[in-house]
Amino acid sequence: MNTQDHISQEYNEELEALRSKALTMGGLVEENFTGATKSLLKGKTQLAQHIAKEDYKVNALEVSLDEDCSSLIARRQPAAIDLRNIFAVLKIVTDLERIGDESEKIARFAAELDNDATSMKFYSSLKSLIISAREILSSALDCYARLDADKAMEVVQLDSGVDSEFMNLNRTLTTYLLEDIKNIEDTIKVMWCARSIERVGDHAKNICEYVVYVVHGNDIRHITDEEAE
Amino acid sequence: MNDKSEVELLQELGDTVGKPTIEGNPRMSCRNVDVFYNKDSQAIFDVSVDLAKNEILAMIGPSGCGKSTLLRCLNRMNDTIDDCVVKGEIKLDGEDIHSKSIDPVLLRSNVGMVFQKPNPFPKSIYDNVAYGPKLHGLTRNNAELDDLVEESLTKAGLWKETKDRLNKPGTGLSGGQQQRLCIARTMAVKPEVILMDEPTSALDPIATATIEELMYELKSSYTIAVVTHSMQQAARISDRTAYFHLGRLVEVNQTNTVFTNPEHELTENYITGRFG
Repeated sequence: MNTQDHISQEYNEELEALRSKALTMGGLVEENFTGATKSLLKGKTQLAQHIAKEDYKVNALEVSLDEDCSSLIARRQPAAIDLRNIFAVLKIVTDLERIGDESEKIARFAAELDNDATSMKFYSSLKSLIISAREILSSALDCYARLDADKAMEVVQLDSGVDSEFMNLNRTLTTYLLEDIKNIEDTIKVMWCARSIERVGDHAKNICEYVVYVVHGNDIRHITDEEAE
Repeated sequence: MNDKSEVELLQELGDTVGKPTIEGNPRMSCRNVDVFYNKDSQAIFDVSVDLAKNEILAMIGPSGCGKSTLLRCLNRMNDTIDDCVVKGEIKLDGEDIHSKSIDPVLLRSNVGMVFQKPNPFPKSIYDNVAYGPKLHGLTRNNAELDDLVEESLTKAGLWKETKDRLNKPGTGLSGGQQQRLCIARTMAVKPEVILMDEPTSALDPIATATIEELMYELKSSYTIAVVTHSMQQAARISDRTAYFHLGRLVEVNQTNTVFTNPEHELTENYITGRFG
């Protein structure tokens, strides 16, 4: 995205600051998600508790970015690429905030599951799901930072991989629920975590769709892959 | 974006992008129009564009881009400028406006014009509106003329404010009222097309909003082409927007497209405030 070259230097700076703040929020959200999933996998209670308390920073950035966007729209009447850019920030920020919420949920469950063997039983499947979700989130944020619409289109396709990882884990967890009713509570907690991780993939996919919108002006949401191409 | 300079982009400029022409019968059509102010100074280069019936076409672009020149071609106002030569074809309802059978005065009653600065005649409000119909013999008696004046002032949204002071000078009205009086004067001669050259640039925001509302209402009966320096105004009022740059018509598209996802980089640079 080119936020420069406006006649108004102040406008350049405001757009650049907006973009910079959105990327900062993306970095914080990615950090929280990584920490939350790490604590889930490795049973790190302190880290989980820390992450669970960090979400307020993400929320504060969401509020601040919303204010910045409304202020820019009111004062600058942006058009074309600038309008799409601001509009995309508004949408991306919502997805980032929800990823923050999912990370918080995962961290809280991870703290409760500490020293419990339940999550360890599904370590392999969980790890696979987490790696896929981390990859799609990281790639989505990278696409936004570089405004790489071609890569974003590729990353959108990765979400189906996260979905199938989730379905696999879900089947395993369901089987385990039927077999071992005593551990039903912990198994359900792991299930909730898996659901949150899968949702992060969906939000990352949304971010990629907004990148395509910013760059090409095309809305590729809710259409088939062929139509999007 | 902006990898290329403005000059490079202009050199690469081929045909107008977007949808400069329309399907069906346009109210007005321009084909390959060139305008020269003298032998060495070409103001417009090969412009082709249609004006559809009952649409508002906004013409935007930096100063000196040729938008007002093209507007003035549409009712042969450029005939009044010495050394101005217009080439190409301009048609109103399929008839060439430069054909010998066309009377320019009659053409200007069919294609009326509203200017940047309100310019009422130094006459009464009534006479300002009645002047054109009298000149063209559009009414048979005073009663018909009274009705036409009332109808025109009503369409211009000025009747309620002026019905009790029709004999007062038009110049005594406020700026916004004067501009609406000029619009009423234009409508009194029953035009098909109304050309507006920055009609609200001399008005405050409230008077501007009134004129814009009026334009929206007039659209159902007339075709309107408006030159404006206010991109927000173009975005608010027009159905299609035409972007001019150094005498070239760069892009014509649906207004929504132009302001959210313009096709040409020059259009994007202009509407996002990267030059102008």
